[in-house]
Amino acid sequence: MLKLVDVSKRFGALSVLQNLDLTVAAGNVLGVIGPNGAGKTTLFNIIAGAQVPSAGQVHLDDRDITHVKVWDRCRLGIGRTYQVPKPFTHMSVFENVMVAAVHGGRMGIRAAKEQAQHVIELTGLIHRLRTPAGHLSLLDLKRLELAKALAQKPRLLLLDEIAGGLTESECDTLLEIVKTARDQGATIVWIEHVLHALRRIATRLAVLHGGTIISSGAPDEVLADSRVKEVYLGV
Amino acid sequence: MTHFLTTSYSVFVGRLLLACGIVFLATGPFLLDASGMQVMTEFMLMLVLALMWNLLAGYADIVTIGQHAFVGVGAYAFFGFLVFGEWNPYLSVLMAGAVAMLLAVPVMVIIFRLRTAYLAVGSWVVAETLMLCAGKLSAFGGGSGISMPVSAVKQFGARIGERYAHIYWLALVLLAVVFISTWLLMRSAVGLGLTAMRDNEDGAGAVGVNLTRSRVLCFLWTAPFLGLAGALITLQKLRVAPPASFSITEWTVYIIFIVLIGGVGSFEGPVIGGIVFFLLREYLAEVGVWHFIVLGPISIVIILIEPRGLWGLLRRFVPGDLIPVSYTPSALKGTKTEKARSLAASTSDVLSQS
Repeated sequence: MLKLVDVSKRFGALSVLQNLDLTVAAGNVLGVIGPNGAGKTTLFNIIAGAQVPSAGQVHLDDRDITHVKVWDRCRLGIGRTYQVPKPFTHMSVFENVMVAAVHGGRMGIRAAKEQAQHVIELTGLIHRLRTPAGHLSLLDLKRLELAKALAQKPRLLLLDEIAGGLTESECDTLLEIVKTARDQGATIVWIEHVLHALRRIATRLAVLHGGTIISSGAPDEVLADSRVKEVYLGV
Repeated sequence: MTHFLTTSYSVFVGRLLLACGIVFLATGPFLLDASGMQVMTEFMLMLVLALMWNLLAGYADIVTIGQHAFVGVGAYAFFGFLVFGEWNPYLSVLMAGAVAMLLAVPVMVIIFRLRTAYLAVGSWVVAETLMLCAGKLSAFGGGSGISMPVSAVKQFGARIGERYAHIYWLALVLLAVVFISTWLLMRSAVGLGLTAMRDNEDGAGAVGVNLTRSRVLCFLWTAPFLGLAGALITLQKLRVAPPASFSITEWTVYIIFIVLIGGVGSFEGPVIGGIVFFLLREYLAEVGVWHFIVLGPISIVIILIEPRGLWGLLRRFVPGDLIPVSYTPSALKGTKTEKARSLAASTSDVLSQS
């Protein structure tokens, strides 16, 4: 479904991604791990269209989308959460999610209202429905990010560190939500440091280090890899 | 008192005041003398300009300081069609809007290559260039301008009171069209996206709001209304001249003041700002140039206290919009899945425990 071919990204002299190849099959859940500064968020920016790669191509369903604008990629079915939330601060939680449903999900106003209410309920924000997003706690902002992404009914869902700071119970709830999205047919790429959460849902893991993938495959195999232990797990 | 302000009664009172204002405007020619009608006509036209600048700067992040370009072009186009073309006066007014919109296309191509402060300066340069070009039109009196012939003026009324009332009604119709159409725009999917852009442009793009298309739409939306306002301003002043028709002070600087003190990025802000501006102007008219010196610090103080202007201050006490553009959820029933409900319940449990 998603294919990155020989993707590189440079910021001046700094090379963040180097000749990266990545394929994600439809219906899979790919977990992406790596130390800080490995290029994980840049990878998401390139997949979502927030940044254009310096070299290489991004393909979605065999279509080259390398130069497709970020808002058009939403309409192609790419939904994304941000590690640093990007709420519409003066709009209510309900309106925040409605924007995503109307524009990213291409729904009419009435359908978008229903969809917004549904995903807000799903993500546990129902008690904040009318609250301006600027008044939310960080935890609720992360829930809002997820709600906005889900409201678009994405075919490819990019999750950027949404489990950080959650308690065990909250993490369980979050996993249920992600599983629901997966069961509804979404392909998921999830950047996360909370490994136990990833291991419960990821069909594959990829480890990013220094802008390249140093290991990928079944989660247990990847985590047993000596290079991964050295650069990421520190053992 | 605090309790009163923090309940929905304050919204009701606000809407009541707004309704009174609308009734006053709709009955103006029956209540006001000639000079009163002149002031109220000017108020309505300034409000049109303020609503348009607010749409551009407050929502689409097009902070232009050159909107007087379209006012001036509308003024000259109206004058040309009416006096030289001898067109029907109403058609001439409409043509002012059409010409402004046509001009907006090449202007947009130029200034949309720029962003932020560069766009602001670029729009100003375009407006000044157009003013200099207008000064070269010898048929329009060159740099010193030209007055409207009596025959053309009399098409809007033989007597002065009749003419003022006629222009008043035209300004009221323009304001109503601008207000209602812009409200409908803001209530649409496009408006929802614009409101998101106002709060977080990158975030809006990331959830599918087409930033380029939204900006283009806003720019092309405002240009004809600015041109129409330019035509009616010319009718009031009865002449065109480059420094007056393309006045940056009157059609851009004052407008920015109105929107900033009222509240940028809201529907109520320009209305409140317009009322405050006209009250200040009327009371400070006697002090001459000091009136500029007073306006500046007032706007700075208000913005320092509340960046969203007077409406932002009022919103601390008023729980809702006076002019509703936001969406509210329907009653919590009929949601899609039982699974969603059980997940929400479990999440609420977790939250209550933590």
